[in-house]
Amino acid sequence: MGDAPANIFAAVSAPASRTSELSLFVLAVTGAIFFVVFGLTIVAVVRFRRRDTDDGREPPQVYGSNQLETAWTVVPVLIVLVLALTTARVIQSIQGVTRPANAIDVIVIGHQWWWELRYPGLGIVTANELHVPVSDPLAPTPTWLTLLSADVAHSFWVPRLAGKTDLIPNRVNHMWIAPTAPGVYVGQCAEYCGTQHAKMLLRVYVHPRDEFERWAQAQRQGDPQVPSELDAVVAGRRVFESNACINCHSVAGTVGNGRYGPDLTHLMSRATLAAGAAPLSPETLRAWIRDPNGIKPGAHMPAMKLTEQQIDQLVQFLLTLH
Amino acid sequence: MTGEAAVTTREVEARFWQRLHEWIVTVDHKRLGVMYVLYALLFLLIGGSEALLIRLQLVAPHNTLLAPQTFNRLFTLHGTTMVFFVGMPLIFGFANYLVPLMIGARDMAFPRLNAFSFWMSAFAGLLLYFSFLGAEGLYGAGSAPDVGWFAYAPLTSRAFSRGHSTDYWILSIFLSGVGSIGTAVNIITTVLSRRCPGMTLGKLPLLCWFYVVDSVLVLVGVPPLAAAQLMLLADRFLGAHFFDTQAGGSAVLWQHFFWIFGHPEVYILMIPGWAFASEIIPVFSRKAIFGYPVLVGAVIAIGFVSLSVWAHHMFAVGMSMTANTFFMVATLLVGIPTGIKIFNWIGTMWGGKIRLATPMLFCIAFIGQFLIAGLTGIMLAAVPFNWQLTDSTFVVAHFHFMLVGSLLFTVFAAFYYWFPKVTGRMLDEKLGKLHFWLFLVGFHLTFTVMHIPGLLGMPRRIYTYEPGRGWETLNLVITIGAFFQAAGVACFLVNLVRSLHKGKLAGPDPWDAWTLEWSTSSPPPEYNFAVVPTVRSRRPLWDLKHPEDPDWVYE
Amino acid sequence: MNQAAVVAGEAGWELPSRNRVGMVCFIVAESAMFVIFVVAYLFYLGKSPYGPTPEQALSLPVANTICLLSSSGTIAWAVRALRRGRLATFAVAWGATAALGALFLAGTGREWARLVHHERLTPATNLFGTTYYSLVGLHAFHVTVGLVLLTTVLMLTLFGKLHRRYTEHVEVLALYWHFVDCVWIVVFSVVYVIGR
Ligand code: HEA
Ligand code: HEA
Ligand code: HEC
Ligand code: CUA
Ligand SMILES: [Cu+2]
Repeated sequence: MGDAPANIFAAVSAPASRTSELSLFVLAVTGAIFFVVFGLTIVAVVRFRRRDTDDGREPPQVYGSNQLETAWTVVPVLIVLVLALTTARVIQSIQGVTRPANAIDVIVIGHQWWWELRYPGLGIVTANELHVPVSDPLAPTPTWLTLLSADVAHSFWVPRLAGKTDLIPNRVNHMWIAPTAPGVYVGQCAEYCGTQHAKMLLRVYVHPRDEFERWAQAQRQGDPQVPSELDAVVAGRRVFESNACINCHSVAGTVGNGRYGPDLTHLMSRATLAAGAAPLSPETLRAWIRDPNGIKPGAHMPAMKLTEQQIDQLVQFLLTLH
Repeated sequence: MTGEAAVTTREVEARFWQRLHEWIVTVDHKRLGVMYVLYALLFLLIGGSEALLIRLQLVAPHNTLLAPQTFNRLFTLHGTTMVFFVGMPLIFGFANYLVPLMIGARDMAFPRLNAFSFWMSAFAGLLLYFSFLGAEGLYGAGSAPDVGWFAYAPLTSRAFSRGHSTDYWILSIFLSGVGSIGTAVNIITTVLSRRCPGMTLGKLPLLCWFYVVDSVLVLVGVPPLAAAQLMLLADRFLGAHFFDTQAGGSAVLWQHFFWIFGHPEVYILMIPGWAFASEIIPVFSRKAIFGYPVLVGAVIAIGFVSLSVWAHHMFAVGMSMTANTFFMVATLLVGIPTGIKIFNWIGTMWGGKIRLATPMLFCIAFIGQFLIAGLTGIMLAAVPFNWQLTDSTFVVAHFHFMLVGSLLFTVFAAFYYWFPKVTGRMLDEKLGKLHFWLFLVGFHLTFTVMHIPGLLGMPRRIYTYEPGRGWETLNLVITIGAFFQAAGVACFLVNLVRSLHKGKLAGPDPWDAWTLEWSTSSPPPEYNFAVVPTVRSRRPLWDLKHPEDPDWVYE
Repeated sequence: MNQAAVVAGEAGWELPSRNRVGMVCFIVAESAMFVIFVVAYLFYLGKSPYGPTPEQALSLPVANTICLLSSSGTIAWAVRALRRGRLATFAVAWGATAALGALFLAGTGREWARLVHHERLTPATNLFGTTYYSLVGLHAFHVTVGLVLLTTVLMLTLFGKLHRRYTEHVEVLALYWHFVDCVWIVVFSVVYVIGR
């Protein structure tokens, strides 16, 4: 179990680690209850089972006992009291936090079946792979997530960073993370949202501060690529702009400004394709454009019925979108 | 010779049709009870086979046995079937058979309403499965519903659920709800107005008390779902906007309405399980139930509290801190009366002479499993812990410990205990023990292990998963367990069929038990009791068997 | 269930009447259903993104309310008459009840016609339309069912098929009618008083 990258007890961010501490406490309390009550059951069964030597007479009949009933009411009441108070404090410490001034804002919008990620303060739009700075516990720079949905209910869950919060249409939810260790943390949509709920994966990259700044800088530039002179790329761009791609996708510097699908401006800065359905590579890109349903059955992107040559050109173009 | 043979086949055939006709038009509570139970067993096979398919798909990462949509339909149908067409008919079947017998009555209060309710539920189940054929609709989209058993909005709106699959889900559950309400009215009325002389409310068998509380929960719990479903139908057919988020409607409101039903519903399913345990444990421990009035009080308390905990299914929807805390506390409170029950069962066994026959084995396993299920429920109620656990396989493990490890185990106990009363023959003990051990091992392989992938971040309702997350081996074990369970169920079925003809003759009172149903012949005559009995205590047959030391002296 | 079991040995073994218990249970279930519709109405009050709003569209249905509430009185009168075996009085009072119920329905019909044609309000218009028609409509449906039952009993009475021994059935039906009245008081307060 050491190689479980989404273990809720391997917390690296405040909400998750506070939760994990509470969880261990609750586990200990319930574990103790279990051993006592289960033990009593076993003792009762073993000690009072009918022996072969039984005389066939009925045992003494006992109808109840007020002292016992009182005892096993009062003790659980006390346990419940302790559990309730401890839990309430942790709820407070997670939900009751106000947004500090230096927090990074990200708007997460759930779509069937991908994540739109917008950084309003930084002017960045991306998809499926969230990049955030590491947060020093002494001078926290948490990331503040505003959760929305474009269609049905989804749920944002990266177990090592925080518990879930749902993304619900016509409702604004919030959550925050303050990861303390750089790395890549995986998670996925946790509310059933239709056919491809299983392939609505999520990656969070936690960077040291300067690395995050560099990433943000690169993402911010409107039209990053030196417009390529390569014929295939120019042709690919034409294919992109003259097909329905532009109705659903945005690429800065082209006429494409659709918002139905993921923003492709910095497509190649991502490691995975279509919310983790496949690793991102020229081959998977080609397969995806040829037939999205082959990789992700039910995905809301149609097969565009392009020729193989057009697909080649298109992929050449997409590969330039760093 | 051939002529004679022809006559006899024709006679046999005629007799068959006549018997079938008798069963179909019957209003006898015993026959309706048996029909409910057989119907539930049929659906248990269907729902169980769906579970096996689900498990086969999840046996390994990136498995392609089932298409995503097929998988989504399977878990929707599995959950819906098991809750509405296995759980509900099972508990109503036993209620129908047992309640009148245990209170010394000759039938339910409203026999025709009883038949109506059964056929309503039966039709509802068929309607759900007819969706495979009929749900295509004008869009050519659909087939069986794939919205999950709680059908969250707006996934159920016209925009996201085309064709008629969701409509079949709505109508079928609505009708089964109508049937449930009818039966609940009937049970309450029967207990209140059909008791035999001397049976005051304080002398009512615990099973009947539990069923009254259960039925009251049906009366207040099921109509909210019916109401919400009417609203959803209005959305889908009249263009109304109850759950239409585009026009200001609220998706969360559906969740509230569903769980205002859904939470009481899980207690509706479990209370009869406690009822069976509370009848069986005393008989096999040879002692009176410990703390009868406290048990009655506890189940009433649970009934009340369970009406105010529904939003513990919604901790992740972004409720206010106050709401989260309130529902956390309310949920924890349920643990107190529930604990009282467990302690009273142990108190009943303590100092007894426990016969480890099959019904008792199932009850003992039930106590342990129910304890675990309750404690994982407590973990789920600790809100921040819930934010991690909700919608993961941990929840699936929690509720299967309840629905399988507790409800199904007590139902099996009830089968072994009352089968002799219903058929006049005992179920085979050897096969019974085999059934018990296979099912026990399978159950724990599946559902004990299932907690762990949840802790390792595995969501529920995913048709496939990535390798390398530490979930592979666990899922393999879980799937193997499911097949052990299937083998156990197969043993059980064989036992039922074989014992029907070959079982040992039971006689009226094979377990040396104490409640009224054991005072009449097995199977009971149509009118149940030749003479309506009169009782003076909670254990009328104990009084009869021990005239020197009757119960009513103490009660 | 006010006359709970009286225990006085075997001879005095008395239990509540099954019809009454059954009806009370049924009413509990119905109430649970109405509660959900009322909650939906209150929850969406003022949340419609566009009109018409309740203030613009609704006026107090005074006549309607008077009809329905007084029908509770006439039905109680009818039941008392039947208990005393005065069949003629029963028929008059019962008929009056049915007539008042019918008037109520007609009033609702007129209100709906006005709303649809003049205010352009349908269930599909906005959240107000959705919740208004469903709540008031659910109640009107119950009145309709009650009216059918009332009329059936009235027919039986007129054809001389009603005996005093059916008093209990009639009483149970009256219980249902009182329930429908009570629901109207709630609907009236929620929709026309609080909601406006
Ligand atoms: C038979 C049905 C049944 C029963 C009886 C219960 C009983 C309980 N359930 Fe469970 N539950 C379900 C069936 C059931 N549940 C189902 C089907 C779902 C999921 C539906 C879905 O999402 O599809 C669910 C989901 C569910 C959730 C939501 C999970 C989520 O989706 O996020 C929660 C959260 O609080 C919860 C809690 C509890 C608790 C606290 C109890 C309590 O009643 C348990 C009380 C018992 C004990 C606590 C043990 C005995 C007590 C003692 C020995 C005394 C000492 C103990 C203490 C002082 C703590 N359940
Ligand atoms: C009473 C209720 C009940 C019962 C008894 C069961 C029984 C079982 N359930 Fe159930 N389950 C639910 C209620 C129930 N379930 C609910 C409510 C859900 C949630 C649905 C949702 O998310 O919407 C769920 C979801 C659910 C999932 C999660 C799906 C997902 O989220 O991805 C899984 C996965 O393992 C599962 C497995 C099982 C298994 C292995 C059994 C086993 O115990 C079954 C054992 C029985 C058999 C195996 C039958 C015997 C079969 C044979 C003998 C074969 C012969 C067949 C023929 C001759 C036809 N169930
Ligand atoms: C009808 C809308 C639509 C059209 C037209 C469309 N797409 Fe898409 N596209 C989507 C959606 C929706 C997704 C996200 C699918 C998912 O992850 O489930 C997507 C995903 C993608 C991705 C993966 C993005 C990522 O971040 O992983 C690429 C690349 C892509 N589309 C390229 C194209 C190209 C090239 C065309 C034109 C030939 C095109 N799309 C046409 C809707 C569309
Ligand atoms: Cu998005 Cu599940
Ligand atoms: Cu619950």
